[in-house]
Amino acid sequence: MELDPDDVFRDEDEDPENDFFQEKEASKEFVVYLIDASPKMFCSTCPSEEEDKQESHFHIAVSCIAQSLKAHIINRSNDEIAICFFNTREKKNLQDLNGVYVFNVPERDSIDRPTARLIKEFDLIEESFDKEIGSQTGIVSDSRENSLYSALWVAQALLRKGSLKTADKRMFLFTNEDDPFGSMRISVKEDMTRTTLQRAKDAQDLGISIELLPLSQPDKQFNITLFYKDLIGLNSDELTEFMPSVGQKLEDMKDQLKKRVLAKRIAKRITFVICDGLSIELNGYALLRPAIPGSITWLDSTTNLPVKVERSYICTDTGAIMQDPIQRIQPYKNQNIMFTVEELSQVKRISTGHLRLLGFKPLSCLKDYHNLKPSTFLYPSDKEVIGSTRAFIALHRSMIQLERFAVAFYGGTTPPRLVALVAQDEIESDGGQVEPPGINMIYLPYANDIRDIDELHSKPGVAAPRASDDQLKKASALMRRLELKDFSVCQFANPALQRHYAILQAIALDENELRETRDETLPDEEGMNRPAVVKAIEQFKQSIYGDDPDEESESGAKEKSKKRKAGDADDGKYDYIELAKTGKLKDLTVVELKTYLTANNLLVSGKKEVLINRILTHIGK
Amino acid sequence: MARNREGLVLVLDVGPAMRSVLPDVEKACSMLLQKKLIYNKYDEVGIVVFGTEETGNELAREIGGYENVTVLRNIRVVDELAAEHVKQLPRGTVAGDFLDALIVGMDMLIKMYGNAHKGKKRMCLITNAACPTKDPFEGTKDDQVSTIAMKMAAEGIKMESIVMRSNLSGDAHERVIEENDHLLTLFSSNAIAKTVNVDSPLSLLGSLKTRRVAPVTLFRGDLEINPTMKIKVWVYKKVAEERLPTLKMYSDKAPPTDKFAKHEVKVDYDYKVTAESTEVIAPEERIKGFRYGPQVIPISPDQIETLKFKTDKGMKLLGFTEASNILRHYYMKDVNIVVPDPSKEKSVLAVSAIAREMKETNKVAIVRCVWRNGQGNVVVGVLTPNVSERDDTPDSFYFNVLPFAEDVREFPFPSFNKLPSSWKPDEQQQAVADNLVKMLDLAPSAEEEVLKPDLTPNPVLQRFYEYLELKSKSTDATLPPMDGTFKRLMEQDPELSSNNKSIMDTFRGSFEVKENPKLKKASKRLLRDKPSGSDDEDNRMITYDAKENKIDIVGDANPIQDFEAMISRRDKTDWTEKAITQMKNLIMKLVENCTDEGDKALECVLALRKGCVLEQEPKQFNEFLNHLFKLCQERNLSHLLEHFTSKKITLIPKSEAADSDIVDENAGDFIVKQESMLES
Repeated sequence: MELDPDDVFRDEDEDPENDFFQEKEASKEFVVYLIDASPKMFCSTCPSEEEDKQESHFHIAVSCIAQSLKAHIINRSNDEIAICFFNTREKKNLQDLNGVYVFNVPERDSIDRPTARLIKEFDLIEESFDKEIGSQTGIVSDSRENSLYSALWVAQALLRKGSLKTADKRMFLFTNEDDPFGSMRISVKEDMTRTTLQRAKDAQDLGISIELLPLSQPDKQFNITLFYKDLIGLNSDELTEFMPSVGQKLEDMKDQLKKRVLAKRIAKRITFVICDGLSIELNGYALLRPAIPGSITWLDSTTNLPVKVERSYICTDTGAIMQDPIQRIQPYKNQNIMFTVEELSQVKRISTGHLRLLGFKPLSCLKDYHNLKPSTFLYPSDKEVIGSTRAFIALHRSMIQLERFAVAFYGGTTPPRLVALVAQDEIESDGGQVEPPGINMIYLPYANDIRDIDELHSKPGVAAPRASDDQLKKASALMRRLELKDFSVCQFANPALQRHYAILQAIALDENELRETRDETLPDEEGMNRPAVVKAIEQFKQSIYGDDPDEESESGAKEKSKKRKAGDADDGKYDYIELAKTGKLKDLTVVELKTYLTANNLLVSGKKEVLINRILTHIGK
Repeated sequence: MARNREGLVLVLDVGPAMRSVLPDVEKACSMLLQKKLIYNKYDEVGIVVFGTEETGNELAREIGGYENVTVLRNIRVVDELAAEHVKQLPRGTVAGDFLDALIVGMDMLIKMYGNAHKGKKRMCLITNAACPTKDPFEGTKDDQVSTIAMKMAAEGIKMESIVMRSNLSGDAHERVIEENDHLLTLFSSNAIAKTVNVDSPLSLLGSLKTRRVAPVTLFRGDLEINPTMKIKVWVYKKVAEERLPTLKMYSDKAPPTDKFAKHEVKVDYDYKVTAESTEVIAPEERIKGFRYGPQVIPISPDQIETLKFKTDKGMKLLGFTEASNILRHYYMKDVNIVVPDPSKEKSVLAVSAIAREMKETNKVAIVRCVWRNGQGNVVVGVLTPNVSERDDTPDSFYFNVLPFAEDVREFPFPSFNKLPSSWKPDEQQQAVADNLVKMLDLAPSAEEEVLKPDLTPNPVLQRFYEYLELKSKSTDATLPPMDGTFKRLMEQDPELSSNNKSIMDTFRGSFEVKENPKLKKASKRLLRDKPSGSDDEDNRMITYDAKENKIDIVGDANPIQDFEAMISRRDKTDWTEKAITQMKNLIMKLVENCTDEGDKALECVLALRKGCVLEQEPKQFNEFLNHLFKLCQERNLSHLLEHFTSKKITLIPKSEAADSDIVDENAGDFIVKQESMLES
């Protein structure tokens, strides 16, 4: 089977008209990662995920960036990035400033889209760092060198590329030194502080935002008020919002960077009509959307150059080429009913696109099967309609307190849908925000989208078997034993996607070895084999199946399974190998061929020739 | 009757008590038959009505009784006539007996199909079940119903009852209703029968499953607790979006004389090396490439085959977790249902034990699933319990897909607590909001819940089929306005709103909103949505382009903003032209109807002038202004003329737009002329 990303990952019946799921590349980003490479970054450590192991701050910063580079190349490959170390022994930068080293690989500008090679070499940076770049404190008391100043200057020069209108420009600064000029004499310190801040301000005036990712010592918090609050331009209100606890653990840091790297993008502006005469303004964000491998670009197999695809509509009667828009027909009552494209879109256009409140229900009315597609996150905005946030927060609080959700009609999708608006309170952990406060809009199915499967499986007048108290008790024990510790939604990477990108990377770099990707979604075998777990499962099994686990009682076998059995029996009827040798497989019927395929766990799809070939290949092995 | 066909008898109550809802019954049934004509055109349909003055059924003829039950149509393949029949149901005059009608329907099904086609025979009863049933000749009604139900079960006839009760005026009825409801539940416990209670025309439309889809399992195999403990399960889709039928493209190129023309359109793809070249390469000379950063990486099918992620079919349990750990908005897709293999009693028990215990302790299970062998990806999802309320239905699980790490975008949002206090509600405002959330109640009790997704029809589909039907009668039929029944879905229930009028008014008063004055024109569109009721339905349905805030018409309400937004649209070249034309028309309208509202017209003229200068269309404006001026003179609208003078509107001279043939000095001529005229 060909791995066709459109097929493999596509929802079975995705609506191509619905562009809601396709994130538009609204703008691109220019990002410079500034990494402090002073000796302090190497000797400060903090505990890693694996117990008993300490990791240096430098390692934390570098692995964070490595991860975010991968995110860039996968999701936002138009972004341009640069990596720049400061407090280095060697120097490499256009301005030829001491202590600043711009890391790059061949065939790439200093600031450019990330390439496979960049990612690969950056992954190995720690091994070669000492030899190639070296760490050296740049700011020492008796010199006038200011490596932080130089770094900001280099970064700003890099970010000169690109127009502000179409791009966001950002610097991410990784450091564990909260007082870079602390060791200086007062007069020099003041001077250096002033020039450095001015440098930062110049950059900000050019529309570049500077973001700080501070790393704290285990025994000493990173004190942002000493110097950096002025550098990144925080005022006292925002200071409380800034999370100084960041940087205790590698995971927290990665989390932080992941959250900050992707610029927030509004999927939709929505007008929420609460009642006649009162509408507020909301922004809708697509926080959850299935990630899929990028689209296929067809290439000429001899030159590997992209192929241009031209689509044409041809009338089968005359061979004439048809021009858009083409009429549509629906056969109905022995005639072909014609629709123009315009008429069809009129049919679908039944609403204004607003979100209209209809009323409220208790949360228990929202069933687990009331779902169709990923939800949309709503957060208020006072940008256009002042007072929106206040009304939103009031409703949000009331719904949480009264355990109710709102039912509304949303005209912004095709077709318009009934939606459930479920208020979500903010959830925070050490690493920062886990769930943002706001309302999640859940798209509800219509009556005809819901299928009555339960009815299919009920046997009138015959009571369905129900678990006994003992069985329930055993199930309860089993569930306690198999409790997932610290489970969080979306903790797993998508193994198919990971593999896909590993393949791309290997081919892009001409490597023979495929980077090992781990399938995190497999059950934890070690845990499952713990004696207590095995025992609980065994007891549950015993309570259900009794002593003889293989005896499944058949309460009225279905036709289907009978058919399968018959198939199995047929298997012995022919000597397929013999038939294959004499070329007589073609004399068998498709059903008979399929019997062989089914018995050998092979695909049964395709035409007869395909089936025969498949059998031949299988026998050949 | 072939394997995948259904025999259906509609048993419809047309008695006097049903009269008010009969149009909706007609709509629902007509939709059902329309869809059969498209999707299941070999299905067979019979129609029985009861509550009619006359009697016309075979049982009455053979053995007597069964009065006021009329067979409108015997069971046969669905056709246009059937669709016509249900659209013109007779209006009955007597209170009918639904038991009699059901027996007639059942008799038809048995006579037609005998004992064959189990499970493919269905009766659908629509009634208000508010009229008394007759006592049987022997035994009690309960016995009688049980016998009928058992017979139905034995014959494999399914039954669906839709009981429509809106504002029943029944004090005397109460006992009858109670008895009838009891009888209907007897059907459910003895046969495959379900009863749906509906209370509004909207849910009546939604209650009838109009599209018959043969359920297909997505997966049959093991739910693996560990390698030694496996439960046999089947997985179906519980929710799947019903879409408009896929319409074929039609070619009208064939000459009308060609009787054998197929009128089909073929889509052809050409692969070219470059856009300019005419050289076309064969499909097999192509190779797939994937974007990776700036590069496109070619991958051969062999490479894919050897390297791709490989999976084995199966459902594997990862463990259990607190239900509160899985927030509702993480559900990613349509929902599946996991039912135990009906032939495996132990599996039914195992699912029952786990599902019930999950419900009891508020736990859910996390599972990893591969539905087909060799499928290129895996899904991780959550099983939640679906403990059956019916004795004869096995317990099962719902399955929802959860996101992978790559699917999540974690943007930080400001805490509400940290927002400035002017953005937060005060105590009094909070109390007002609490009150609204409490009182604007759609589910006062479980029975009274309205707008249940399970009973809410899709308005777009309804409109499409209605239009299809109209078009089948007349090719140039126009699109009908949205069915009024759907107002209840698209707008607040007026009854609910008016009952809570004071609460709504307080809410409106407490939460004042206003447009941000700093923002300019085009973006100021939000508050403009007029309260419902004030504009007529057709307008509201179609004026706004739902997708974008793009303006395509200069409306009466905010003509200047509309005009400015429209003239600056760049997605098509003719917007400028359109905007100018529409603005002119609007000004003419304002001038013609004008009494003392010259100001508005004047502002519009100024806006038009500005737009024409910006777009360098001086002629358009100058000609129009001359025309307008003449019109004012003819009608002697002197107050307007004066207005015009005072605001000093001039023609657009050369200095403002190069194309103009008016020199600067003459730009004021227009006014000079006017003044001289006034003097004379």
